[in-house]
Amino acid sequence: MLKKRLFLILFLLLPLIGQAELTVEVVGGAAQQVPIAIVPFAAPAGNATAQQDNVTNVIGADLRLSGLFRVLETRGVVNQPHALTEVKYSDWASIQTQALTIGTVESLPGNRLKISFRLLDVLKQNQLLAMEFNITPAQQRATAHRIADMIYEKLIGEKGAFATRITYVNKENGRYSLQVADADGFNAQTVVSSKEPLISPSWSPDGTKLAYVSFEKKKPVIFVQSLVSGQRIVLANFKGNNSAPAWSPDGTKLAIVLTYSANSQIYVINADGTGLQQVSFSNGIDTEPEWSPDGSSIYFTSNRGGGPQIYRMPAAGGDAKRVTFEGSYNVSPHLSADGKLLTFIKQSPAGFKVAVQDLATGQVQTLSDTTQDESPSFAPNGRMILYATNVGGRGSLATVSVDGRVKQRLKDSGGDVREPSWGSAMN
Amino acid sequence: MKKSLLVSVLLAATLAACSNTAVKEKPAAPVVDSSKSSQTTQPSAASRDDGASTAPAVQTEMSVNPLKDPNNILSKRSIFFDFDKDEIKAEYRSLVEAHAKYLVANPNAKVIFQGNADSRGSREYNLSLGQRRSVAVKKAVNVLGAQDKQIETVSYGEEKAKECKEEACYQQDRRVEIVYENE
Repeated sequence: MLKKRLFLILFLLLPLIGQAELTVEVVGGAAQQVPIAIVPFAAPAGNATAQQDNVTNVIGADLRLSGLFRVLETRGVVNQPHALTEVKYSDWASIQTQALTIGTVESLPGNRLKISFRLLDVLKQNQLLAMEFNITPAQQRATAHRIADMIYEKLIGEKGAFATRITYVNKENGRYSLQVADADGFNAQTVVSSKEPLISPSWSPDGTKLAYVSFEKKKPVIFVQSLVSGQRIVLANFKGNNSAPAWSPDGTKLAIVLTYSANSQIYVINADGTGLQQVSFSNGIDTEPEWSPDGSSIYFTSNRGGGPQIYRMPAAGGDAKRVTFEGSYNVSPHLSADGKLLTFIKQSPAGFKVAVQDLATGQVQTLSDTTQDESPSFAPNGRMILYATNVGGRGSLATVSVDGRVKQRLKDSGGDVREPSWGSAMN
Repeated sequence: MKKSLLVSVLLAATLAACSNTAVKEKPAAPVVDSSKSSQTTQPSAASRDDGASTAPAVQTEMSVNPLKDPNNILSKRSIFFDFDKDEIKAEYRSLVEAHAKYLVANPNAKVIFQGNADSRGSREYNLSLGQRRSVAVKKAVNVLGAQDKQIETVSYGEEKAKECKEEACYQQDRRVEIVYENE
């Protein structure tokens, strides 16, 4: 039954794939899914919108892929309403939907579009949301993601993360390219490409810049690049390796890792490359710094006690406290936006897996069913974790919900994808 | 001469002990009698060269570049490590010693130690681990007299790692490559 539905979902998704760099498949679902019907929005005559930019499809795909919604087939219903006065609630009660979305896309003068949508409660027969957007045609997908976020928030009771962006590195035909895409993998844009490896992209808190590590100078050097202008600066090119950049929450500083003193140690540097200060001092490896959301602490990976474990220290340096205790290999710490959850990669007998630790209770849960996982990061709403894994000998991206129930794969279309990081909301 | 022969024999004996344990760890590699000379060409067979083949390296014959001579231990350029470890195993002692001797005898020679890790775990941690491995080799040749200015250490982390499914493959990626300048 589940497999059949999976196949159906995949089949329905096929027309959406188009030229997208990534596609998504659902490999699991929540126990309780909210049934929702989305009537295809009335589109302006003569305005042939590309299928993958079709607002209705994007909203439906977002909600479906969250794992929390069951998006119902609407074609069997004869009366297809677009305005509130056209809605016959009994039609929708008969297909057992709980929520109904209707809307229109209209052409405006000056090559603009007006998108209107309403979210209706079928049982109570009332309106939950109504909104209009005046946009350029290029903003259709982004607007559809925003609508999906609004529906998600109204029906689930917490913020959505559809109108957000992700970054990752794609290796294809011997070239590495750093890409930025919508959270669903569409709209991928290349930020920089190189014949040498690119790793560890990190979003500035305002989402306008990426820090990353490039081997183009035959050794790891940290760059900061503006996504607005495309201009970049060398943030750190000191003797030895320069790697693992992480922005402070206020965006003024970055924690980085240098092997200046032969051993990987953590330093803090201003965002313009000035004011370098060493903050970790150990005889082991200290790497993968990650700021706490309040900026007071830095979490990091260290093998000072033997194998790699996650530690926390004051951001200005000082005594480090060990944070992870289960297992002999825990790496790649990332925090949820509220600072309550830590995700990391944990080596278990079954392989390297995404785990999450409640920082208040210390309780650890292994989430993924894949075995070569790397580079986990939280969605801005803290609900999902994006990570890299290996499927069929190639790197690909996957997400898992923090309760482990909803698992998705973001399938690539030929490249070897790695080093993902989930960014903030779209601008 | 007699003394150096004795050293060779001792070395060979030590290596024999080492390569036995090595064979246990690497089931893919055939058992080789280490008292025989260096005709085997297994990629990880560095440890099986005996002391005798190091002798020409020290004498540096004019006609053959010892770094390229397949019969010379100096042509062996890989040191392999255990998972998440940066200790140089005993079986690579003669290899490290031979390169240290070469650097001491050729003060203008320059070498890069390139550290690598297998593809498992985090890329950043593996970058640091590869660096630790290359520094471990540097420290070992420093102790034997090679100078800092002759040595550069770099790490590729797991960026050059192969696509692996089992330990025999991962093991090949956990290594320091010894590369001389202008090679």
